[in-house]
Amino acid sequence: MGLVMIFFGAVFFNNFVFNRFLGICPFLGVSKRLDTSVGMGLAVAFVMTLASTLTWLLQKLLDLWHIGYMQTIVFILVIAALVQFVELFLQNVSPTLHKALGVYLPLITTNCAILGIAILNINLGYNLLEVVIHSLGASLGFTLALVMLAGIREKLELSDVPKAFAGVPLALITAGILAMAFSGFVL
Amino acid sequence: MTILKELKRGVLLENPTFRLVLGMCPTLAVTTLAINGIGMGLATTAVLIGSNVVIAALKNIIPSQVRIPCYIVVISTFVTIISMLMEAYVYPLYEALGIFLPLIVVNCIILGRAEAYASKHSVGMSALDGLAIGLGFTLSLTVIGSIREILGAGSIFGYSLVGENVPMATIFSLPPGAFFTLGILMAVINAVTNKKNPRKKAAAKREA
Repeated sequence: MGLVMIFFGAVFFNNFVFNRFLGICPFLGVSKRLDTSVGMGLAVAFVMTLASTLTWLLQKLLDLWHIGYMQTIVFILVIAALVQFVELFLQNVSPTLHKALGVYLPLITTNCAILGIAILNINLGYNLLEVVIHSLGASLGFTLALVMLAGIREKLELSDVPKAFAGVPLALITAGILAMAFSGFVL
Repeated sequence: MTILKELKRGVLLENPTFRLVLGMCPTLAVTTLAINGIGMGLATTAVLIGSNVVIAALKNIIPSQVRIPCYIVVISTFVTIISMLMEAYVYPLYEALGIFLPLIVVNCIILGRAEAYASKHSVGMSALDGLAIGLGFTLSLTVIGSIREILGAGSIFGYSLVGENVPMATIFSLPPGAFFTLGILMAVINAVTNKKNPRKKAAAKREA
């Protein structure tokens, strides 16, 4: 029951984009086309789950050595290294997957959603299973938000909008309306 | 003279929020109150100045192949220092900013300035650039925070503007309000600059 709540809470109630404001840069940057947004969502899901598991284990070491203040530095370096490693690994093992996700991987290093969920997992005091479920839910929520906005923006491209609103401002307003819909998910 | 020019560039011409659309996450997340906007802006400014100075000083030592990891280490060191100082001296603000304080590390403005400016310019100029861009960011955050606080809570910097029982547009304190405020502000700024530019172009044509 607890795990189910964590999962659906992360997808809808505490949606990463609409409620926690994490990962807004790729949300606005990569949401112009539907297929690229699906690719980005998958890449984020992959890295997010790996990174949050790894950082959770590292936090145990940091606690053991009483150097909790090193958290930010250690986490960001581990995430950057992990992304590089994943890219190399995919290149050698699965070129097809690398072709699909490759372009998005470098962007993910400075995606605040990844570092955000790593720190959030520690703050919420989750155990390892809960961390994995939470990351899966959060990345699914992120993908959902990205795909929804991309679908709407593809249609908006064709419509006649005031010049001042074209591009990012209109995307923000659309995101606001979507966020209103998502704030309806009250537990 | 250069100081004023740099400040104008950072605050107006290359405003990180409205012109370059960088650092969106903290911009949307912490601006429920004007004071949080100022706090986030100043914390980012401090990190920006510190990392710009160190990176400009070390620019000849850092090998270009591994510069990004080096920049990240410098930036996260300053973020750790700033968040420890804030935890010690301004605890309520530290609590209010929460997870977004360590997330200054992944604010694209800071890595962007390190890469685009500090790695090519002198220590003094880089410090000035950090100050200018940081103040631009602080200004945008404060403006957004003020608008959301006035509309959503009926107060500014904690001082109540309306009576107790006046219903306010609470939506501006909630997440959707953040998107609306930023979207409309950006559109207004676009409209103003669009109006200005044709006139400038026409003037330039006449001169030519």
